[in-house]
Amino acid sequence: MSPEHAIEVRGLAKRYGTLEAVRGIDFSVRRGTTTALLGGNGAGKTTTLSMLLGVLLPSAGEIHILGEDMRRHRYRVLPRMNFTSPYVDLPKRLTVRENLKVYAGLYGVPDTRGRIAELAGELDLDALLPRPYGDLSAGQRTRVSLAKALLNRPEVLLLDEPTASLDPDVGDRMRSLLENYQRRTGATMLLATHNMGEVERMCDDVIMLRAGQVVDQGSPEALAERYGHDNMEAVFLDIARREDRGVQA
Amino acid sequence: MKRTLIRAGAVTPAWRMSLRRIHALVLRHTYLLSKSWPRLVSMTYYPTVTMVLWAFVTQYLAPTNDFLRDAPGFFIGAVLLWDVLFRGQLGVSLTFFEELYARNLGNLFVSPLRPWELIAGQLTMSVIRTLIGVGGATLFAWLLFEYSLFKLGFPLLAFFVNLLITGWAIGLMVSGMVLRWGLGAEELAWAAIFLLAPVSGVYYPIGVLPDWLQTMAAGVPASYVFEGMRAVLIHGRFEFELFWTALAINAVYLLLGCLAYFAALRYAREHGMLLQMGE
Repeated sequence: MSPEHAIEVRGLAKRYGTLEAVRGIDFSVRRGTTTALLGGNGAGKTTTLSMLLGVLLPSAGEIHILGEDMRRHRYRVLPRMNFTSPYVDLPKRLTVRENLKVYAGLYGVPDTRGRIAELAGELDLDALLPRPYGDLSAGQRTRVSLAKALLNRPEVLLLDEPTASLDPDVGDRMRSLLENYQRRTGATMLLATHNMGEVERMCDDVIMLRAGQVVDQGSPEALAERYGHDNMEAVFLDIARREDRGVQA
Repeated sequence: MKRTLIRAGAVTPAWRMSLRRIHALVLRHTYLLSKSWPRLVSMTYYPTVTMVLWAFVTQYLAPTNDFLRDAPGFFIGAVLLWDVLFRGQLGVSLTFFEELYARNLGNLFVSPLRPWELIAGQLTMSVIRTLIGVGGATLFAWLLFEYSLFKLGFPLLAFFVNLLITGWAIGLMVSGMVLRWGLGAEELAWAAIFLLAPVSGVYYPIGVLPDWLQTMAAGVPASYVFEGMRAVLIHGRFEFELFWTALAINAVYLLLGCLAYFAALRYAREHGMLLQMGE
């Protein structure tokens, strides 16, 4: 384990019967950086994130987060990380404040009231606090889910399509909030996304996945130069459509 | 660039953090109960209606039946105690189902909440739900028929504990089955407990059962509880042997319930079901 890396993955694989969803991948994420996991549908992004979170057991390989072996010491790391995804909900009948109180308790957040007030200010949630989560719009829910994910001031934040289903304005605000959080805390962020604008704006590194393998890795600028394109959208299409390309990482 | 990393709860002892997480889970479900009157009403409604039916059966039969004349609260006590078992089981499984309905399981399992803490939260909610459901019916039994379950005295606590633990064990197994097979197995939560009813001897002594069913009843803790209840009502005597036997069998069942739950959880983690499960 290198101390400069917040996440280190070695030989990570996941098989479902004969299907190999992830095929022995290696990658590292430097502390304090934002890294994107890119790939088409079925490339293995969500499977990889799920294994990093510990909700999916790997068939093989090792995961170290913040220096801890996730297989042995998952519960030492979980209080120091968090996760948000539009595909996982919070209880709809509970108000936003109640949801945040519950998760503050689960993450052992000191001064719950103060932390919720702080996040409500940062994420413009004050008016939403007394409202049931189920009554909120998609954009409002995303902000609340982000507040839940930031409650414990995570050192590692995993984000699964954090701006999916958001309009450009709300999506832009979300990205600004995440950037601000990272600037202030030095947190490490790993996000799975299909939004190439997001990648160009936020990410220091990109890990390209295809059919469960890492096919390339580098900064957005380096990848663009390597493939002879001027944007990540073109790089993505180029890599995703090279069926027989070997692993280059 | 200034980089500050603050670890939440880093200096708090582990046991206090555990208690805090269990409390958070209980808080989540009490919030839900407190703002859903249909949930509260349904908890009390069924045991109250059943109790009323048996109370009228008692009133009808008592004038011509020596046993019911001597022990007029027999059926009411039996139905209320049976509901401890039923509510105890539902309290565990419905608390789990609520997380599935809300698609919240993914958030819970990526939080520091340990599986045993989730179980502790479910068991705590089971006690709360049972006290609300059976408590309501008990209150109505006193108001409508002047029958107090508390006349059973100390044995009531012993019966309550044993029936609750049986309910927990079944509730954990049902939760495990739903984790393993999805919400399609939800019906088990409502049906599972009734498999035990015939061999629990709720309304009749185990001795009236055919031999093969008596053998089965010997493995059901509730059968000892209801035999014990009859001993208290008819002979005014608490049978410690029945109590300890039920408790010993319950300990085994509770262990099996926990193992089934953990096995289902491991299966769900192997097959990537925790982030996907929901309605």
